[in-house]
Amino acid sequence: MNVRSQVSMVFHLDKCIGCHTCSIACKNIWTDRKGTEYMWWNNVETKPGTGFPTRWEDQERYKGGWEKKNGDLELKSQNKSSALFNIFHNPNQPTLDDYYEPWTYDYQNLFNAPEGADQPTAKPISMVTGEYINVEAGPNWDDDLGGSPVYAQNDPNLESLTPQQREQLFATERLVFFYFPRICNHCLNPACVAACPSGALYKRGEDGIVLIDQKRCRGWRACVAACPYKKTYFNWSTGKSEKCILCFPRLETGQAPACFHSCVGRIRYLGVLLYDAARIEEVAKLPDDELIEGQRSLILDPFDPEVIAAARASGVHDSVIESAQKSPVYQFVKVWKLALPPHLEYRTFPMLFYVPPMSPVMASQDGGVIDHVSGDLFHDIEQSRVPVAYLAKLLGAGQENKVRYALRKQKAVRWYRRALTVGDVTMDVAKRMLAEADCSSDEAEAIYQLTSLCTFEDRFVIPPMHREEALQMMEDPLEHKANAGFGFVSAPHRGM
Amino acid sequence: MTSPTMNLLLFAMLPYVALFVFFLGTIMRYRKAPFTYSSLSSQFLENNQHFWGLTALHYGIFAILMGHLMGLLIPRQVLLWNSRPLRLYVLEIFSLAFALMALVGFVGVIERRIRYPKARTVTTPADWIVESMLILQAAAGIYVAIFYPWGTSWYSTSAAPYLHSIFLFRPDISYLVTMPLIVKFHVVNGWLIVGFFPFTRLVHALVAPLPYLWRKPQLVRWYGIGILPVWPRRASGVRD
Ligand code: HEM
Ligand code: SF4
Repeated sequence: MNVRSQVSMVFHLDKCIGCHTCSIACKNIWTDRKGTEYMWWNNVETKPGTGFPTRWEDQERYKGGWEKKNGDLELKSQNKSSALFNIFHNPNQPTLDDYYEPWTYDYQNLFNAPEGADQPTAKPISMVTGEYINVEAGPNWDDDLGGSPVYAQNDPNLESLTPQQREQLFATERLVFFYFPRICNHCLNPACVAACPSGALYKRGEDGIVLIDQKRCRGWRACVAACPYKKTYFNWSTGKSEKCILCFPRLETGQAPACFHSCVGRIRYLGVLLYDAARIEEVAKLPDDELIEGQRSLILDPFDPEVIAAARASGVHDSVIESAQKSPVYQFVKVWKLALPPHLEYRTFPMLFYVPPMSPVMASQDGGVIDHVSGDLFHDIEQSRVPVAYLAKLLGAGQENKVRYALRKQKAVRWYRRALTVGDVTMDVAKRMLAEADCSSDEAEAIYQLTSLCTFEDRFVIPPMHREEALQMMEDPLEHKANAGFGFVSAPHRGM
Repeated sequence: MTSPTMNLLLFAMLPYVALFVFFLGTIMRYRKAPFTYSSLSSQFLENNQHFWGLTALHYGIFAILMGHLMGLLIPRQVLLWNSRPLRLYVLEIFSLAFALMALVGFVGVIERRIRYPKARTVTTPADWIVESMLILQAAAGIYVAIFYPWGTSWYSTSAAPYLHSIFLFRPDISYLVTMPLIVKFHVVNGWLIVGFFPFTRLVHALVAPLPYLWRKPQLVRWYGIGILPVWPRRASGVRD
């Protein structure tokens, strides 16, 4: 056992209201520089929809992630020699057109336009070339366009649906969509790291955050093609790639990442998971239908004395083990099995998990009485407006039973609470549902607490990051007196 | 370009100035501004014409540089190879083909930068200058190859000894002074490119990521161990 700690995340999709506050918080802090305007380290997609960049889940086109070849694991985008032969022109690199051309407006014209018959307008100006452009696409062009033929119907996940299911999904009175916020998953088996010819990308040993060393990056842009989630971006101005850094400077000072901190729906949870790094390769080679259980088996029980001893032996700090025991992510992912990884079939082992969303309740109205109880207590999950097959493609590596399990448990918890507080459901029925959903009433209570009544401290259990042990701290600070600081001493400008 | 002092300046002095600037410049730049070492790719902004110019340029220039290097390191073997006419023709034709490829590539990339406004926004004065120099260099080389046969042979007998004399710090320019003007231009422009190299995007060639071929897929860095050095690749920085 080689125990490591990973700062991991849960996004509770049932609570996401699609307000994009997270994206704005991130943009204002990290990506408002030249060359990064088009980047959205955090973005919120409408599902079904095409996402950002357009149709990023279509790996036949983008070639992201890993694939099994003759029992071995290989990047879809390249192997070692093709990486070098194709270095001058990467055949799998997305271009600006796959994202969008960032723009601003010619606001001056509103003040300076000569007097005329028409109101002056502020024409859009490209932030790349500085010229006037016709805006044809933006990062959230498909926002709330569930059912639209241009966006929703081009969602690659719809492949998993039968023609009838598709038709149902887009029938007018059943139209449905939900939000899917995305950041870098800080994967256990990151494709981006494995792809970098220069070795500029790395995983931090202590907390698992995946970073790009800006001084080592040479702009070969292999990581952009290799990440199946398209969460590394090429900065066309500096000639270096950049990605979500999980706000590590904030984490190191005990603050939640900006997107977590600002989340209005309080959908985001953050905490440590302990995992067994020695088994990653073995588990990454499992067949698709064993991947979810495989990843769960990598995550270790932080209360198990054997795990604790092994963690100590591997150099995990006691304070981090303690933090792992309080981790809300551990509860959601491993204990309750409510949260699932996105597209695990890409085999990067994302460490951001999603609680699948419940569909809007479908009640049949009968003489003014809303009927929601039928013989099968979970019937509305089977007939839910977002087909389970769709969610399974997105979050279950194709395994419908994993998604169904999470949905049934969520529903059981709701009905249990309803029996307690509203009283229009009898406790008998609620208890029966809990039993069928593999949930005790204690567990239901805990899920309810952490879902609905969670405080800041419940949601974000940030481990001590022990930055004091970093190499820079061993250096003599007096040597750096009058310098601009440790690390960078010059502004990150484009090379000559 | 013909007076004795001029010859001395261009063929005996310039090389040392160029080499001195090359080594000092690239090393200082790597130490002082490592951030500026990048391929400065523009594929993200323009991907239609990108493939043709970029691949032709690089495959062409690699073959040509390899040829120059071989003539320099193993001139005898090259002459021996060329002792049979058929083998000479094969070598000449391949060299010419790769040189043309490089030229087409250089012209292609600069034309692309003129044509596409997005590519133009990420083009610096240094780019225009060095790419023009490279075009002239390739064109002059091709002219020499066509009008002064058989270059692969006489390179080994006259250019190689000149370069040897430079690298051994016993500059002997007698091989060059009688050469045609266009050959002299090729030599001088070559040294100018070497000297200008540290101040251009060409530095990307020095950080070619060959170690990728033998490194492990996943890299991890630890606080107390710090940044793993470039060489050796499997240093203490990697704990896997
Ligand atoms: C040693 C290995 C080399 C590697 C791995 C390499 C790689 C690259 C890459 C990735 C680019 C950026 C392409 C893009 O826009 O996406 C590039 C551009 C360029 N390279 Fe190289 N290169 C190498 C050697 C050379 C050499 C020896 C020369 C010439 C003497 C050269 C001349 C250029 C030029 C002129 C460009 C800019 C082309 C443009 O205008 O877009 N490279 N190279
Ligand atoms: S999601 Fe993040 S860690 Fe995973 S492959 Fe993409 S960039 Fe790398």
